[in-house]
Amino acid sequence: MKTSMTTGMTTGMTTGTATGTTARTIRLVLGRTAFYGVLSVVGLFMLLPFLWSLSTSLKPDEDIIALPIRWLPGSITFEHYWSAFTTVPFARHFANSMLLAVAGVATNVLLGALAGYAFARLAFRGNRLLFRLLLASMMVPPVVTLVPSFVIVRSMPLVGGNDIAGQGGAGLLNTYWAVILPGAVGAFAVFMMRQFFLALPKDLGEAARVDGCREFRIFWSIYLPLCRPALATLSVFTFVAGWNGFLWPLIVLNDPDMMTIQMSLAAFSFNQKTDYGPLMAGSIVAMVPTLLLFAFGQRYLTRGLAFTGTGSK
Amino acid sequence: MTRTLATGPDIRGPAAGPAPHRRPPERSALGRHQARAGMLFTAPAMVLFLVFTVLPVAGAFGLSFTAYDVLTPPSWAGLANYGRLLEDDTFLTTLKNILYYCAMFVPAMIAISLVLALALSRRLPGMAIFRTVYFIPVVTSPVAAATVWAWMLNSHYGPVNEILGYFGIPGPAWVGDGSTAMVSIVIVTLWQGVGSNMLIYLAGLQNVPAHLYEAAALDGAGRWRSFLHITWPSLRTTTFFVTTLSLIGAFQLFDQAYVMTKGGPGNTTLTPVYQIYETGFNRLQMGYASAQAFTLFIIIVAVTVINMRVNRDQVPE
Repeated sequence: MKTSMTTGMTTGMTTGTATGTTARTIRLVLGRTAFYGVLSVVGLFMLLPFLWSLSTSLKPDEDIIALPIRWLPGSITFEHYWSAFTTVPFARHFANSMLLAVAGVATNVLLGALAGYAFARLAFRGNRLLFRLLLASMMVPPVVTLVPSFVIVRSMPLVGGNDIAGQGGAGLLNTYWAVILPGAVGAFAVFMMRQFFLALPKDLGEAARVDGCREFRIFWSIYLPLCRPALATLSVFTFVAGWNGFLWPLIVLNDPDMMTIQMSLAAFSFNQKTDYGPLMAGSIVAMVPTLLLFAFGQRYLTRGLAFTGTGSK
Repeated sequence: MTRTLATGPDIRGPAAGPAPHRRPPERSALGRHQARAGMLFTAPAMVLFLVFTVLPVAGAFGLSFTAYDVLTPPSWAGLANYGRLLEDDTFLTTLKNILYYCAMFVPAMIAISLVLALALSRRLPGMAIFRTVYFIPVVTSPVAAATVWAWMLNSHYGPVNEILGYFGIPGPAWVGDGSTAMVSIVIVTLWQGVGSNMLIYLAGLQNVPAHLYEAAALDGAGRWRSFLHITWPSLRTTTFFVTTLSLIGAFQLFDQAYVMTKGGPGNTTLTPVYQIYETGFNRLQMGYASAQAFTLFIIIVAVTVINMRVNRDQVPE
């Protein structure tokens, strides 16, 4: 695209007269202005929901329902944030979500790196087969496993009042484990870490291996420190997915105290459909953690996405 | 959406890379130690994988032939669930709804993310800022985004109809009207998903060999023709990847329908996953919900295969 454009420009300049060049410059300036104009309109469309919800959350009630609409708050109030946190145990739900998302990051990073390393660097029976199976599982839409996973979580033996056969109680339902365990290590985490370990030089570990170093030491002290970028990418991804997750927690967590912030917000929006001030305040609170993470870890996120797109090593 | 994003599979199969060195296993002490370490390292991941992925997939299939209300043990029902499915008008409606949604969502997704990627691939100042801004919705909570959008699309006090009003366009009732409710969901999911596919296209565009454009320019091809004959064909794998991901994600639409419309008005935005959720977890008909889920799975696989065929036929070999 760009190359064809510059080539076109240079040929134009060599053949064109002086007036032709001016006309060309004017066209270029107009074209650029239009180009940036359209990009900015699209950008505004992307940002409008954030700006509008922020504006609504800070407006007094009479400004929220006003015609014609008021883009900016006449005066700023924090009462909607106060009421969002007092009508429902929003702080508790925020903490639940944080705990679940952070636990998901920890387990995915640790177990994903361990398994990824083994698949990339260790010769053991079933290596290829297991890895292919794992890869194939990424094609299975999560909705297929929804019902049976619920049954499995509920029938976990010897927990939550269950007997050894997994009957009689609620199993892991309404515990943090119901969300942590099924999401503890995604196929994506293993796949991504394996690809990363494959790209690292092989002979790094060979010397240590010949010296009789244990495999875990080689993994932990030689290879793992080299994967910080991959671990950061995986962490950001897992946190975003965990924080934003909705359907699974909705199914396995019913106790009001165990709700995640997403569930809390959905219930709130169902019960108080017209109470827009607190609703927008709640939405802002539910959006902020991933947005903050994005602000600081943007390069890790975009890198990870490019990785899924190109499937590069 | 994020879930799709985070688990985006490499559809081209195992990515290229040297396979683990296959020395004759377990001959030396070193080999034995390695084999043991390999199994030990993969064990936690594999056990969880077995319990929460392999077992559920098999379980979904098995449960779909039973009547199961969670409280009493499942009883064999044969093909009764599937028979019931054929006469279930609501489930048929959800399938129609989701096809309607896909028909709007997927082409728009491809077109918009490609156009944005083409625009931002120009080496002009400020492109990184736009890339960041367009990507922000991707990391935003779908539930919060849907909540905010429902308010944005409010027919009286929402900014969308206000802006349309500036141009003299009377805004519709959006989520309140059966004819526009699904369009509202399309808008929200596009807003949320375009950024990630744009990045995938940007990565794809970097792999288009520059000399092709130079050759085309020498032949006097304009921008449109070089797009048609060079860019679009070169992006074939990327387009296939984006289409597949979008389709699989689209078929599992839930969060936005749950938050914005509750499937209404008049079931116009009821989706298969929503229906599976209702059947399984509100009516406790786990067997029937499994049959619905398995049917949806088959449909998704079929659509993916068709998509693959269509893409293959386009290649002028």
